[in-house]
Amino acid sequence: MDYLQILSLTLTQAFGVTALIYLFAAIGLNVQFGYTGLLNFGQVAFVAAGAYAVGVIVLTFDLSLWLAIVVGMVVSTLLALLLGIPTLRLRADYLAIVTIAASELLRLLVRSIAFKDVFGGAQGLNGKLGRQFHDLNPLPADVALPVFTWSRQDLWVVIVGWGLALLATLLVWGLVRSPWGRVVKGIREDEAAVLSLGKNVFVYKLQALVIGGGIAAFGGILWAVAKQSVQPDTFQPDVTFFVYTILLLGGAARVFGPIVGSIIFWFLLAGFGELLYALINNGYIEFLAAQQVGSMRFMLMGLGLMLLMIFRPQGIFGDRRELALDAR
Amino acid sequence: MPARTEDKAAGHAAAVEALRDVPQVPGASKPDPILVVDHVSRQFGGLKAVDVAHMEIQRGAITALIGPNGAGKTTLFNLLTGFDKPDSGTWTFNDRSVAGQAPYRLARIGMVRTFQLTKALSRMSVMDNMLLGANGQSGERVLQALLPFIWRGQERANTSRALELLERFNLHEKLDDFAGSLSGGQRKLLEMARALMVSPEIVMLDEPMAGVNPALTQSLLGHIKNIREKGTTVLFVEHDMDMVHDISDWVIVMAQGQIIAEGPPDAVMKDEQVIEAYLGSRHGSALTDDGASLTPDAQGGNS
Amino acid sequence: MLKRARLAMGVLLLTSIAFMVSGSFSPASAAESAIIGTLSTPGGEPVAGVVITATDADGVITSGTSDDKGVFAVPLSAGGTYLVEIDVATLPDEITLNDEADASRSLLVLGGEKKILIGLSEGGESGIVSVESGTTERVIQLLLDGILYGLMIALGAVGMNLVFGTTGLTNFSQGELLSLGAFTALVFNTAGLHIIIAAPIAIVFCAFVFGWGQNRILWRPLRRRKTGLIAAMIVSIGLAILLRYTLVFFFGGGQKSYEQFAGQPGLEIGPFNTTPKALILGVIAVIALTATVTWLQRSRIGKATRAVSDNPALASATGIDVERVISVVWTIGAGLAAFAGIYLGMTQTSVWNMGQRVLLVLFAAVILGGLGTIYGAIVGAMVVGIFVQLTTLVIPTEMKTVGALFLMILILMVRPQGLLGRRERVG
Repeated sequence: MDYLQILSLTLTQAFGVTALIYLFAAIGLNVQFGYTGLLNFGQVAFVAAGAYAVGVIVLTFDLSLWLAIVVGMVVSTLLALLLGIPTLRLRADYLAIVTIAASELLRLLVRSIAFKDVFGGAQGLNGKLGRQFHDLNPLPADVALPVFTWSRQDLWVVIVGWGLALLATLLVWGLVRSPWGRVVKGIREDEAAVLSLGKNVFVYKLQALVIGGGIAAFGGILWAVAKQSVQPDTFQPDVTFFVYTILLLGGAARVFGPIVGSIIFWFLLAGFGELLYALINNGYIEFLAAQQVGSMRFMLMGLGLMLLMIFRPQGIFGDRRELALDAR
Repeated sequence: MPARTEDKAAGHAAAVEALRDVPQVPGASKPDPILVVDHVSRQFGGLKAVDVAHMEIQRGAITALIGPNGAGKTTLFNLLTGFDKPDSGTWTFNDRSVAGQAPYRLARIGMVRTFQLTKALSRMSVMDNMLLGANGQSGERVLQALLPFIWRGQERANTSRALELLERFNLHEKLDDFAGSLSGGQRKLLEMARALMVSPEIVMLDEPMAGVNPALTQSLLGHIKNIREKGTTVLFVEHDMDMVHDISDWVIVMAQGQIIAEGPPDAVMKDEQVIEAYLGSRHGSALTDDGASLTPDAQGGNS
Repeated sequence: MLKRARLAMGVLLLTSIAFMVSGSFSPASAAESAIIGTLSTPGGEPVAGVVITATDADGVITSGTSDDKGVFAVPLSAGGTYLVEIDVATLPDEITLNDEADASRSLLVLGGEKKILIGLSEGGESGIVSVESGTTERVIQLLLDGILYGLMIALGAVGMNLVFGTTGLTNFSQGELLSLGAFTALVFNTAGLHIIIAAPIAIVFCAFVFGWGQNRILWRPLRRRKTGLIAAMIVSIGLAILLRYTLVFFFGGGQKSYEQFAGQPGLEIGPFNTTPKALILGVIAVIALTATVTWLQRSRIGKATRAVSDNPALASATGIDVERVISVVWTIGAGLAAFAGIYLGMTQTSVWNMGQRVLLVLFAAVILGGLGTIYGAIVGAMVVGIFVQLTTLVIPTEMKTVGALFLMILILMVRPQGLLGRRERVG
């Protein structure tokens, strides 16, 4: 068995394109759930909004990718307002149900035959979505990193993606250390108290939803650009819950929580998978079929989410003091 | 009985003087009302929880809103502060109609409340709890928030004001602790101090003494009096008559959603109707004051 | 009068998370790859002579024709994403596609054989031939469909609502209780028991193992630890994911049918078209729901359940053993949910994510009727069931869930306490 190869594959995934997409969603969710306490179970809808903005603008309307990014931001803002205005006055669990329902509703709409001309139906939109981005790739044709096995194209996406992810993290840091951040944290603790102190709670929640949604939509844009394909069924509600797992793993309401969580999450998930595949292929494990590894990874993830929430809701590196105070 | 010395404080004397000629009837007019309530009603199912025809709260005084459990005191608080919508009614604050206003707007114009179950923001420091109370912070706007130089000066001013208040409420040593780690009484104090950070004209305290260790009650009462001495009007809900007697300048009694009596504490305690209302729902409770005729055939009062 | 059979491809659902590999394919060399499927009417009759084509990424087209057993095979040169299309012109005259979306599907084939089940069933719903004639008749038909669908939802939602009422838990793994029911029955069925025997055994098994047991192992300790409701809700999401992929692990990603009644011939009663199994299951569902309601009304523990839902602290103070009530509620709820799962498995097929697919509809039902109210789930379920079916008069069948979700969002905005719920007091 080639352990080095397993490690290399694992690390490539832990810092790779898919991990980045989820990372953006998690940074956004950290603003919404971590700091403001909004139980947004429809985060995948924002990712989809970004991805579809690129798909529709570039492929359906044959316009510029840069315009698509602007449209993606506008659409995700509109989506946040559309979701938030009617629901942010509701109880937390109702908000959760409405947002997950809305994300499913949107998925069903974009995959429907009625809007096939625009969204491409169940097959989605596939084509050279990120051409304009990849044309800018300055990397030499024979670029190769040690350990990581990205293609030249993926490496370009990864470099820009991580740069933007750090920028987004910086933005969140700037926000949460300000008086604005104090207000949203107060809302997370007790909405009525903050309301009684003269803050327009509703507006703050809406702002948090818009900001978090916008960051998540960036993940969607990256998705479309990197994978050159947008398919409705990739935007299942489970995506949102994977994002929750990532966030909780790294620690909600921690500026670097999403980054830490994302790296650990993908390292474990990919490492576990690669190791099992290798064990099976080399004949060390015979009772498992290769295709069962995929489901085992997700079983592990589900179990991980449960155990995290039960035993370490503050995240792996969280502060025990906060745990003791967390009555919820 | 608590120390009477503080009663001689200027604020108390002024309030007593101002209220001297006010008739002791429900809905009496006050010489200088800060809050005037008209025909406010609220129903829950078939039950009329609040049905107040007229109520005035005197500026600069401590007014107690008392009544047995279920009399509608907290509901009235919720209605007046915008946390609940009445079925009908209007009310004015500083002669300005504020019915139907959102709670945060009322807080901004100077009407700030606290809650029966303390709402200390547990996972935030005591100082952050305080700073949240300050109004008009430019750093609370999402775009300015990213530019610290805009709000840093204001933050410093607010911090020093918060420190002053915390010192007054004996919480200055706790300022970096999580609010969730404070004792019940300290949380009440923090909530009160935080309400004062809003610079209110009236503070509305919902059962400030509920769940507080008796040893702390006296100091809490002192703090409430202190609020009045600094010129802020106080309206508070309580059902224990003893507490009320000690600190209030004026008492309004509610039962079954209505105001049934008003007057200075001594007079109200002797009022037959009040005694009936209390006995109707809580036999042998806090009515310990002198010579009140405890009519055995007290009726109704239960809701 | 146009006879219109509804055709839906029950294409093996591919989980679409980018890195996910699931589905039942046997490892084989790429040259042996093929898309294999069966075409049949709702009554189980095979449909012969239909041409199916597969187009790969380079535009190379291969095709296959269904034989007299309805089986077709489209050979493939390699794994990859294929566009699978049904040549509508070759379909028998009386059969049309339910909606055009089914005519072409994009399919990822990773190698080996890929099984697709193409059943002519009502949008994957209740397996009946719908006769399109006058609108009135169609409305009546849809009403019947709606009632049957509503009964299934009610069975699934009652437990969810009782658990919410007594413990405050919004259970996102309720859907998996349905799946577990369907698959437990499948295990007994495959082991040789007739489904009529396997089903009740599975229901009892699920009630005690997945209901009582789940509460005992997971939720009761969590309540003891004073885990918050939101944390518990997220735990239930983790559990749902764990259970779902456990099903994939053991049963693969394909659709499963029970050995009996899988292709039961249709039945025409007056204006209705249905299957005997759907009707019988519907009647049993009504009995089960009536029994549950009666139990809540009459029995000691039933009354205690209502008291706990009303005010747990007060109920506890009056000597009611709250934990016992919760145990009973979980047991009964899981039993009913297992029945709902078998109901789904018999009238359609069993698939690993069947519970996840109905979860939001369950939420819609519960919210419509009122979260935590005892009869809310049943009333809400019937309204949602009928509403969902009737909306197909105006919107495409593929979007009928959209209607239910939209209705739920609307209700939450206008009347968050639900149709039967009470308004909460503030403060």
